[in-house]
Amino acid sequence: MPTLTLASARSPFRDEFAEELAIRPLHSGDIHASFQFRTVWGVDLLQATDPRFLRYAILPREIVCTENLTPWKKLLPCGSKAGLAVLLKSEKLFHSSYFSQAVHIRPVCQGMHCTVPSWEMRQTLNVVFDLYTSGQGKREWSMFKIKIYVDVTDSPQGELFELSPPTPLLSQAVVLGDRRTYSVYDLTDPGTFGKVRSLNLLVRWKADNGDMLRPLLHGERYVAGFGLQTGEIHTLIYNNHPYRAFPVLLLETVPWYLRLYIHTLTVTSKNRENKPSYIHYQPSKDRLRPHLLEMLVQLPPNSVTEVTVQFERALLKWTEYPPDPNHGFYVGSSVLSALVPSLVAMDTNITQEHPLFSSFFLCKEESSYFMRVYTEPLLVNLPTPDFSMPYNVICLTCTVVAVGYGSFYNLLTRTFQVEEPSQSLAKRLANVIRRWRGVPQL
Amino acid sequence: MPNIIAVVCASYGLAQSVCDGEDLPARAERFFRSDHTNNWAVLVCTSRFWFNYRHVANTLSVYRSVKRLGIPDSHIVLMLADDMACNHRNPKPATVFSHKNMELNVYGDDVEVDYRGYEVTVENFLRVLTGRLPPSTPRSKRLLSDDHSNILIYLTGHGGNGFLKFQDSEEISNVELADAFEQMWQKRRYNELLFIIDTCQGASMYERFYSPNLMALASSQVGEDSLSHQPDLAIGVHLMDRYTFYLLEFLEDIHPASQANMNDLFKVCPKSQCVSTPGHRTDLFQRDPGSVLITDFFGSVRKVEITMETINLTVPGIPLERFGGEPHTETALAYVDQLPVAQIIHQKPKQKDWHPPDGFILGLWTLILLVFFRTYGIKHLKHIF
Repeated sequence: MPTLTLASARSPFRDEFAEELAIRPLHSGDIHASFQFRTVWGVDLLQATDPRFLRYAILPREIVCTENLTPWKKLLPCGSKAGLAVLLKSEKLFHSSYFSQAVHIRPVCQGMHCTVPSWEMRQTLNVVFDLYTSGQGKREWSMFKIKIYVDVTDSPQGELFELSPPTPLLSQAVVLGDRRTYSVYDLTDPGTFGKVRSLNLLVRWKADNGDMLRPLLHGERYVAGFGLQTGEIHTLIYNNHPYRAFPVLLLETVPWYLRLYIHTLTVTSKNRENKPSYIHYQPSKDRLRPHLLEMLVQLPPNSVTEVTVQFERALLKWTEYPPDPNHGFYVGSSVLSALVPSLVAMDTNITQEHPLFSSFFLCKEESSYFMRVYTEPLLVNLPTPDFSMPYNVICLTCTVVAVGYGSFYNLLTRTFQVEEPSQSLAKRLANVIRRWRGVPQL
Repeated sequence: MPNIIAVVCASYGLAQSVCDGEDLPARAERFFRSDHTNNWAVLVCTSRFWFNYRHVANTLSVYRSVKRLGIPDSHIVLMLADDMACNHRNPKPATVFSHKNMELNVYGDDVEVDYRGYEVTVENFLRVLTGRLPPSTPRSKRLLSDDHSNILIYLTGHGGNGFLKFQDSEEISNVELADAFEQMWQKRRYNELLFIIDTCQGASMYERFYSPNLMALASSQVGEDSLSHQPDLAIGVHLMDRYTFYLLEFLEDIHPASQANMNDLFKVCPKSQCVSTPGHRTDLFQRDPGSVLITDFFGSVRKVEITMETINLTVPGIPLERFGGEPHTETALAYVDQLPVAQIIHQKPKQKDWHPPDGFILGLWTLILLVFFRTYGIKHLKHIF
């Protein structure tokens, strides 16, 4: 029976749970809310894993609705009964511009010396509320034991928006390589909300303009071309860092029924060809496996890199079409993984108290952080047969059979007889008169 | 007769005072009461596309009633062929309404759908019923019933005389369904089964049943169409079918301790309200429908065992054990490089299959042709070209 042995004499690490809400008013008037729930277990659940056995993949399409949120909420210790999860009302969450939920499970360092790993499960939920559909930015909550952070970097003196009730607590954190300032509402401190046990956070917009900092790395993907025979997939990767270039690993998984012409694969940055440092391509096998294309591309600073590849659409067998084939077929998104250099120095000290959203991206070194970005999935139409063909076929074959058989039957059984045409009344009268005159008849 | 009753009392462990105080018919009645110990529900919506919103609303309203009356999500297999709640055409996302003017949201806040979208096929439905699923299927997608389970099966969609259409591309016939139920009976996968179907000509689907302990209800007879209820002008589609609408209204009045029986269920939606004639079939059912409670199928059984012993719940603290045995060494662990660029670029090239060098095959064929024409003469060349 294995016994517990600890590296040092300190008390055993207990399980803990923390939750947080970070609100960021965007320049467009929308509000981005990010919920983070973190559960840390004090035991080492599995042996350390070998990083060379990493697998990552994407699913082309999944409908996301309350039925996805329900099992996710059940992973929280109190479900949706207490804490921040009470705010997660599906009618508000899904009536939004953007919704994303995730579960991350990973081993983390525990303590300064990091001899004993502990396992952490993070559940994140990001929503962007479109203010025009969901009310003018008024929110009301009542809850306990959590912290709310509101991003006020863009409006330090209150030019862009005004926050009420005001709070003197300000904290700075580095998120995604950018130093942001946050107003903190600590709900464990009873001074925050006074006698009434509810916090009414009001964001009043003042100005309309302002420029937002663009993300350092983002991607786009679309299908070009026309018709149902060929097409071209374009993937655009943007590097908005002003002076640093960095490599990005691009993974594309394309289903077998879009037959890629890899000889037409081109990578261009700033109108010049950019040869990737590493390419791994595994061709597809019909009905067995998709195309797998993985490339390491160096992105020059402040540029757009375009990856294009042409493809041909295949014709599927009758039974392989889904019940709604005219909707189209989904192609999974591309995955861009990169170590993005940050504009400001980041803190790698893990023992310090950090807000959850900034410790989400664990950074090994101060100068860069790891990010994985997904592009949009594609929707392509394949040449689809007319599934009412049996009706058409029956009409056509019946017509052909009728015409063919009818002609053959006539040939075999029809006989022709000569018949004197009967004269009309006028002619008969004329003949009578002619006979009487003695002139030859008509 | 009194001897038999005495044996019954003893074998069921009833207290002596209860046995003596009650009269014989009530005691005999209790002996023949259903002895199911758990309840399951399989609720299937077979239609795709936005204009079949009402079929999803039908299924979700039965789901809601069944959950409200006590059957937990782990015992419900819900199959919805399309997503209406988060459909782009839904003006109120994450909602599915059953009454116009958006009175009742049957989608709710804690719905769990087990089979969604393309997974709702005839094959999957029959596999769920008969239990022949691949070993990798998760528990939420299985019907883990035993011989003491009462199962409620509800089907809705478009149907005809003898068939039900799945997702606009395939059908299940009444013969297949009857055979599936016979397989379930032979594998002892149910104690009693209630089958409700709300489609056009629904009564044709239960005509071919031949297994015991089956009761069936349908919304219309052969040759009749089941009609939809009211449209909602804001959403733009019909919200519910008539039979299920009145069934939902009937079930809203039922609570877990209700004593309403099946005869009341047969009276739901008469011809004046439904326009079609609902039908039912009870000849294969062993008990009298008047003695079958609604909650026998729609609710959940909770058997309570009363014990007089005390159980000690406090357990001394056990130190957490490590999986995997050996104690950790003092070496510090470190985070791995998340994008090892140097390693990626300098990978050893993978073993590829050997191919002959370029042009080799072409040269080989040229050589063969040359030798042929040299041996047999150039005159053969004109027969080739």
